[in-house]
Amino acid sequence: MDTPIASQVESGGRAKFLIGGLLIVAAVVYLIVSSTQAAAQYYLTIDEMRSKGGQVYGRPLKLAGAVDGDSIAYDSATLTLSFTMANVPADLDVIEAGGGLAKVLHDSLLDPAASRLQVIYIGPKPDLIRHEAQAIVTGELGQDGVFRADELLLKCPTRYEEEVPLQVVEG
Amino acid sequence: MTEEIGYTALVMAFLLALYGAGAAAFGAKRQRPELVESARRAMLLSWPLISVAALAIIVLLVSGRYDVEYVAKVTSSTMPPYLKVTALWGGQAGSLVFWSWLMAAFASAAGLRRWDRDRDLLPWVIVVTMVTLAFFLSLVIFVENPFRRLWLDPVGNTVTAFLRPAGARPLVPSDGQGLNPLLRHPGMIIHPPMLYLGFVSFVIPYAFAIAALVSRRTDDRWIRVTRRWTLVAWLFLSLGLLLGGRWAYDVLGWGGYWGWDPVEIAAFMPWLSGTAFLHSVMVQEKKGMLKHWNVLLIILTYALVIFGTFLTRSGVLSSVHAFAQSAIGPMFFAFIGITSIVSVRLLLDRWGALRGENQLNSLISRESLFLLNNFLFIIILAVCFLGVIFPLASELFTGQTVTVGPEWYERITGPLFAGLLLLMGVAPLSAYGSSSWRLLGRQLWVPGALSLVVPAGLLLAGVRNWAAVLGYSLAGLVALVTLYEFWRGALARHRRHGESVPLALVRLAGRNRRRYGGYIIHLGVVLMALGIIGIELFQTETQGTLARGEQLSLGQHVLVFEGLTQFGTPDGREVSRAEVSVYKDGRFVGRLFPRQDFYVAANQPMTIPGVRSTLEEDLYLLLVGWEPIAQQGATFKVFHNPLVNFVWLGGLVFILGTLVAAWPDRETAPVRRRVPAGAWASGD
Repeated sequence: MDTPIASQVESGGRAKFLIGGLLIVAAVVYLIVSSTQAAAQYYLTIDEMRSKGGQVYGRPLKLAGAVDGDSIAYDSATLTLSFTMANVPADLDVIEAGGGLAKVLHDSLLDPAASRLQVIYIGPKPDLIRHEAQAIVTGELGQDGVFRADELLLKCPTRYEEEVPLQVVEG
Repeated sequence: MTEEIGYTALVMAFLLALYGAGAAAFGAKRQRPELVESARRAMLLSWPLISVAALAIIVLLVSGRYDVEYVAKVTSSTMPPYLKVTALWGGQAGSLVFWSWLMAAFASAAGLRRWDRDRDLLPWVIVVTMVTLAFFLSLVIFVENPFRRLWLDPVGNTVTAFLRPAGARPLVPSDGQGLNPLLRHPGMIIHPPMLYLGFVSFVIPYAFAIAALVSRRTDDRWIRVTRRWTLVAWLFLSLGLLLGGRWAYDVLGWGGYWGWDPVEIAAFMPWLSGTAFLHSVMVQEKKGMLKHWNVLLIILTYALVIFGTFLTRSGVLSSVHAFAQSAIGPMFFAFIGITSIVSVRLLLDRWGALRGENQLNSLISRESLFLLNNFLFIIILAVCFLGVIFPLASELFTGQTVTVGPEWYERITGPLFAGLLLLMGVAPLSAYGSSSWRLLGRQLWVPGALSLVVPAGLLLAGVRNWAAVLGYSLAGLVALVTLYEFWRGALARHRRHGESVPLALVRLAGRNRRRYGGYIIHLGVVLMALGIIGIELFQTETQGTLARGEQLSLGQHVLVFEGLTQFGTPDGREVSRAEVSVYKDGRFVGRLFPRQDFYVAANQPMTIPGVRSTLEEDLYLLLVGWEPIAQQGATFKVFHNPLVNFVWLGGLVFILGTLVAAWPDRETAPVRRRVPAGAWASGD
């Protein structure tokens, strides 16, 4: 249908747009690659981090663990929060098989063999920190084996089956 | 009794939705209008039925029926009644019912419109909305039943079931767990409904797009019919995002409003594709181009809406929005997969019929710039998606989970948002069709030159942050170009009709609401950009422990700790409240009362900042710790957030602009009663 001249114009026009689009895509790909190198963090369990040996020092890491309530210490003068967390599996299927997150967190703190990690975080004490909360920390592991977190995220799955029977009025 | 009524209503609504979808499709295929009309009535009946179910849940919540699992999970006796009502969307099961209720309401509203010109679209709109509704109802009926009760089985285990399991006794807890205190905030109470309204109303344009594909209507009718739906969807989604940000700022106490959390992104992604869609439909209406692209965008938006609901409600991703995991994940995934495949398949089938009527021939024509705008929005969307799935994808391909945080998103999207600002400055001055650089240059040079005042002023004022200088210059350009457009239009009216300039401005915006509403939205974006750049690049903070009478300084501000009081409240909180005097440049400007509320029953503290808000800056003060006995010392963290209120101010302007653009036009309002109502026309 197109006359040869029209299709020529069209393809010339298309090339312009194609080149423009490719340039933008190339720039974005560059941005993604460079940002990933600079700002992405490995997300590990405590066990995985331990098995990596020396190569984890000084690299940005993200770790999840179960907060041990007895170990929580907060110095409000220096805003230093210190606590120990126990290894919990990261795999959702494993968590599900273990009876849900609340149960897995509970069990790992009872398990004396579960590996533990001391965490130090400087900042306001988060409202959600408590025994058996799941902590997700971002930061670096120091040579002294203490994890220095810049960011601390907490999740408190409620163990509602356990709490409810205490208040039961049989009906 | 209440739970039986509610559940029965849900099941009936589900069956009606299935019947409606089936009857509409069958009626359309076999040309039997009476079946389509019957399907339409089924659709209209779904809303009252789901209303009954929602009311049943509310009755259970308000009357404290803690033997119902959902009630025990999301309410407690100390919660005020309004919070018990809004607990309808405080948990997973209830919010799915709420979603369905909104879906049925919107489907009914679409079903009640005047269909005389688009009768061929009606059956397929019914099919799409009713299939979507049936899916959400199936989740609450089969998996997340909000009416399940608690039972004690003979062995002594707690079980949940709708019907009494054999040998089990009912379990009636004396109180419920209550809503997480963090969520007891006005912003958090209206934030989920706003997001849901936005999500649900995007289903309507998608339904019309699919209807147009199935019925082989290749014109832009579906776009014209759903223009207002799309704007309403976009309005609510924008409001939801803004309220969520405001909640985070007021409650989460990290001094920010947006943390690139996967759940936030899940709500942001349909907004991005929706924004692209709002722009690109204009090209189809004006030039008959980008037809494939528009259909694809609305399919994508629909998929993202379902995906967004899924992410916020399934807990697959670690996030501050901690919701319980549940079995609904695979169902969502399957539904998104099936609807996307069917939609895209349909689009491919109709590909040839949707050929564009024009060609792009100039890089700087209005339509090319719209295309570029879409390209940038979609790239930002792709980056967001990549970030969300990065942990899953990296684990799949390398066996190593790698996550990305705010820094990653900001580094990549920062330049892209700057590109969008630049487009916002240039595109309004470009022309449709063939445009030349010279033509554009002639339009652009005055505002372009004037906007150079911004970087010059900033550099003179000592600002050396190049990102801020660039961002503010672009914002300045957009503001100038947009105001110039208003001024030009008003001046033309002033000359032609002799109207006063303010009247000309009002009439101008009134006559072409979409265009000038859009410009008002652009001005809102400029204001938000001021705030976002301000807080992102110039936020400062400090912290310190003070004895009574001691002071802490941050920039021009000095804070003096005056004392701490502790008291209990009737709703079960232990409050510790500090009093702090604020001085700016040595002058007393006011007192702040940062506090910490301890919710005794939930065993959870909540930090409430003391904020001194002015247009220029926020001083955001957190009470971090205190000496419990002597009450002599306390520790504070302070943020100085320059220009942050422009984010909220810009948000208001943004919403205002959307309202202007979405306001019903007088031109299309005249009643079209010329066509006598047919056998299956609307209007019962």
